Amino acid sequence: MPFIPHTAEEVQVMLSQIGVARTEDLFDEIPQNLRAGALSSVPAGASELEMLRKLGARAALDESVVCFAGAGSYDHHIPAAVWDLTSRGEFMTAYTPYQAEASQGTLQLIYEYQSMMTALTGLDVSNASVYDGASGLAEAVLMAVRSNKKARSRTVLLPDSLHPHYAAAARNICRHQSVEFVGMALDHDGRVDLEALETDGPDEVCAVVVQQPNFFGMLEDVDALTDWAAERGGLVIAVVNPLALAVLKPPGEWGGSGADIACGEGQPLGVPMSSGGPAFGFICCRSALVRQLPGRVIGRTEDLTGKPGFTLTLQAREQHIRRGKATSNICTNQGLLVTAATIHMSLLGPVGLARIAEHCHANTRALVEALTAIDGVEARHQGPFFHERVLQLPRPADEVVAGLLERGILGGVALGAYHESMNHDLLVCATEKRTDDEIGRYAAALREVIAR
Amino acid sequence: MSDVRTIFELSAQNRGAAAQHLSERPGAMDDIPASLRRERAPGLPEVSELQVVRHYTNLSRKNFSIDTNFYPLGSCTMKYNPRGAHRAASLPGFLNRHPLAPDSASQGFMACLHELQEILKDVTGMQGVSLTPMAGAQGEFAGVAMIRAYHEARGDHARNEILVPSAAHGTNPATAAMCGYRVAEVPVNASGDVDLEALKLAVGPQTAGLMMTNPSTCGVFERGIESIAAVVHDAGGLLYYDGANLNAILGKVKPGSMGFDVLHMNLHKTFATPHGGGGPGAGPVGVGERLLPYLPVPFVAQDAKGAYRWVTDAELPDSIGRLSAYAGNAGILLRALAYALMLGREGMHRVGEYSTLNANYLARRLEDAGFELAYPDRRATHEFILTFSESARSRDVTAMDFAKRLLDYGIHSPTTYFPLLIPECFLIEPTETETKAELDAFVDALVAIQREAEADPEKVKGAPYDLPVRRLDDVKAARELDLAWRG
Amino acid sequence: MSDVPQELKYARTHEWARLEEDGTITVGISDHAQDALGDVVYVEHPEPGQPVAAGDEAGVVESVKAASDIYAPVSGSVIAVNEALDDAPETVNQDPYGDGWFFKIQPDDVAELDELLDSEAYAELCENEEH
Repeated sequence: MPFIPHTAEEVQVMLSQIGVARTEDLFDEIPQNLRAGALSSVPAGASELEMLRKLGARAALDESVVCFAGAGSYDHHIPAAVWDLTSRGEFMTAYTPYQAEASQGTLQLIYEYQSMMTALTGLDVSNASVYDGASGLAEAVLMAVRSNKKARSRTVLLPDSLHPHYAAAARNICRHQSVEFVGMALDHDGRVDLEALETDGPDEVCAVVVQQPNFFGMLEDVDALTDWAAERGGLVIAVVNPLALAVLKPPGEWGGSGADIACGEGQPLGVPMSSGGPAFGFICCRSALVRQLPGRVIGRTEDLTGKPGFTLTLQAREQHIRRGKATSNICTNQGLLVTAATIHMSLLGPVGLARIAEHCHANTRALVEALTAIDGVEARHQGPFFHERVLQLPRPADEVVAGLLERGILGGVALGAYHESMNHDLLVCATEKRTDDEIGRYAAALREVIAR
Repeated sequence: MSDVRTIFELSAQNRGAAAQHLSERPGAMDDIPASLRRERAPGLPEVSELQVVRHYTNLSRKNFSIDTNFYPLGSCTMKYNPRGAHRAASLPGFLNRHPLAPDSASQGFMACLHELQEILKDVTGMQGVSLTPMAGAQGEFAGVAMIRAYHEARGDHARNEILVPSAAHGTNPATAAMCGYRVAEVPVNASGDVDLEALKLAVGPQTAGLMMTNPSTCGVFERGIESIAAVVHDAGGLLYYDGANLNAILGKVKPGSMGFDVLHMNLHKTFATPHGGGGPGAGPVGVGERLLPYLPVPFVAQDAKGAYRWVTDAELPDSIGRLSAYAGNAGILLRALAYALMLGREGMHRVGEYSTLNANYLARRLEDAGFELAYPDRRATHEFILTFSESARSRDVTAMDFAKRLLDYGIHSPTTYFPLLIPECFLIEPTETETKAELDAFVDALVAIQREAEADPEKVKGAPYDLPVRRLDDVKAARELDLAWRG
Repeated sequence: MSDVPQELKYARTHEWARLEEDGTITVGISDHAQDALGDVVYVEHPEPGQPVAAGDEAGVVESVKAASDIYAPVSGSVIAVNEALDDAPETVNQDPYGDGWFFKIQPDDVAELDELLDSEAYAELCENEEH
């Protein structure tokens, strides 16, 4: 019996201790008519070998493409030590660290993680993670609405340059909390149109969301946006790529007073793309907002002999104590991925992370140069970018993506599904993993596909 | 083991793990205006690769885990997490798949999700399953949001209240509040069942639904479930199944047969995916016929030719929409599938059987050893409750003291002080993957601690002694917040 | 047995109210309440100037393992909050009827005080809760 250790003799001893004849008797409080029949959709049991053969064949179907897609999930190198350590059973098979004395490993690690995230974002505190970047934005919006008691407005501005899945998740999760989401229009270069905001924007807002780099890879004028929001009483929620923060201005330093909350997707920090999950979302904020921060938070304290130690703190905000009045219903978060990220950041340090960011930027510049050398292929936007660009193609982008796939290349994300006017637009990305050779192959393949 | 330094204290300027540093690219960022760039490098540690490996290896050794210790946390299902499932989810084709890769390059992955959807539908007796919720609490959100969408689509806007039994998990009321509902509690009677008469008085035109677990958090099967379902349905409400305790009845009872309209499962409990020190989990939702139009997207459908495709809100316009950036915690879903395939249809029901056998055996042995069960006249399910209120009253040795002392015996404590309605309690869930010998050792440890408590209560109250730290000062942690290293 | 001063009025939700000579009302939580909460680690104040109705939420008090809403015992407007609790929340435990006060209200109608429990009735309420 898979994973059940009992011998027949042991079962007999146990049943007689309980005082019943058969295991079945232990279910005598369950009405007979509720009992399940056969499970027709569950296959017969497989050995580990058979299971791996079946899933291995399926995994192989999806293999062997060179990835030039980004849009929130990036193909980075992960040092070997990261998952060797993360996969240790002591990390992987521990529960939430409620018994602090028996969980100092996890607790200290999360404290170190919180410290690293505050260093990257330039803010004061970090939680222990939320599910992902998109749901994290929803939590950040709810947090801002709770925190900004001075604002009479419930308006939260979302830029049209925000990842469309993040916008959708935020709207869906905040739907029943009377938050009014209003869009911010873009200029020709895929960035928030500051002039339009000055003339047409609301006089008062509760919060303003700013994504840096934005969905199109472009860099927003974060200082001006932060100051604009502050003048209107709004909190600023930064949606940021943590890898980019090794080289870009941290949200805590945006504008005159800094962003109030920073959130985003932690996947670039040592987590495989893995079809989009599990990765982790992060939320950092100013210390004044800490009691509205959802999720778990670890604090450093002392034991009864004065020795330093770590424990869950601020738990009274959480669902298991505060129930219907909790800051969020979140309970399980993404602890194991935080473990990977913490080890990843330790291995790379400030220099290593910045070098990766630089290579990503340089490779993307080289990619765009190589691809825009092809007739009919042009960069859609002008201006500063990080490691993604939108290319305008002479043919519908989804067709081009299909053609490139036949040549072993995942060429990017076709944007027609998100913006009607962007049917011919392709969002491309080249991380530090992409070689000059692969970029050359991409250019050659694109030439063929367009000419076809 | 006794080193308490953080990684930051091992750091020295310009040390670093050089093998992880890519070549310098001078001027690489010059095309980005200085006003958008960072002036000072972030304060991350600069340490060697060996320092990192040793530091985090040693940190891991300060944890209790399923792989190292008996971990009978009630309501958490700390069963063995098969390594084969981890191997399957770590296959390169799965790990390296980009979430937005087109369907044509994703058929293998999508076949896995579709198969898991079908298995979960069968096991729960539901008509549709969406795998996207990333944990139980997000599954709850999806479930209650669907209940709300259903009532609103019918123009029934008077329903503004969700009922929960008083023993409910804290996530239930927190979820209802996130969905804009008021929360009202229904009492549980002395034998652990929902008070049916009180429920009849509580329901009405304001009732959107009732959220409950079955087996309940009291560690007993809710015998009145069919009457409860009838009362809620007659009042026009829907019945929500919190799958936290599904392990007890896996393969034995389908929640759909009990009258539930919508549910979530905790795959990190019932389907043996690792808890990871606090996640990741996965909280798929299942629904009956009435809620099919509202399922969260995306999920996988199969066309007549056998090809798989994503169902999005373009196809399902009344969906409550997407709740995450992509398709949920895919890697966890793959582990759950691998586990389900290894159990197979004939192994699925053994989970419920043997988890129930282990719990009843442990309960009986503890009762025979003189400990007090909260519901001595009931069958235990996959878990049961002990109360230490007599010990707390007569000797001031509390459930928390017993919990901390158990750690010295190398056993992780059961869940303490939950459910809230039983004073000084342990909620104990041994799971089906533990041997009889492990259960016997747990009884021996509690008996030994009981003797210590009688002879020398201070000894138990001072525990633990043999762990990396003694009892921690939670009050100092909360009053003098130190949440990040500042050199 | 907790301390229940005779001269105060009490809400069923465990706040006390004291009518001051200047006609304002000082509010805190009872000895029984602080004892039940355990070590107080944080107090969230209402906004000064904020109008409140009797029974409205007007702050939160947190211990490590619990959090309780504070309800305004009478209607009026908040005229002062005890900011000293920000740095020394333990004062709520040490001196619940003195330096551990939470906020002051300018009442709309002092007669609302009569609707609260007197010390005898409140002591009985606490007695019943303990059993």
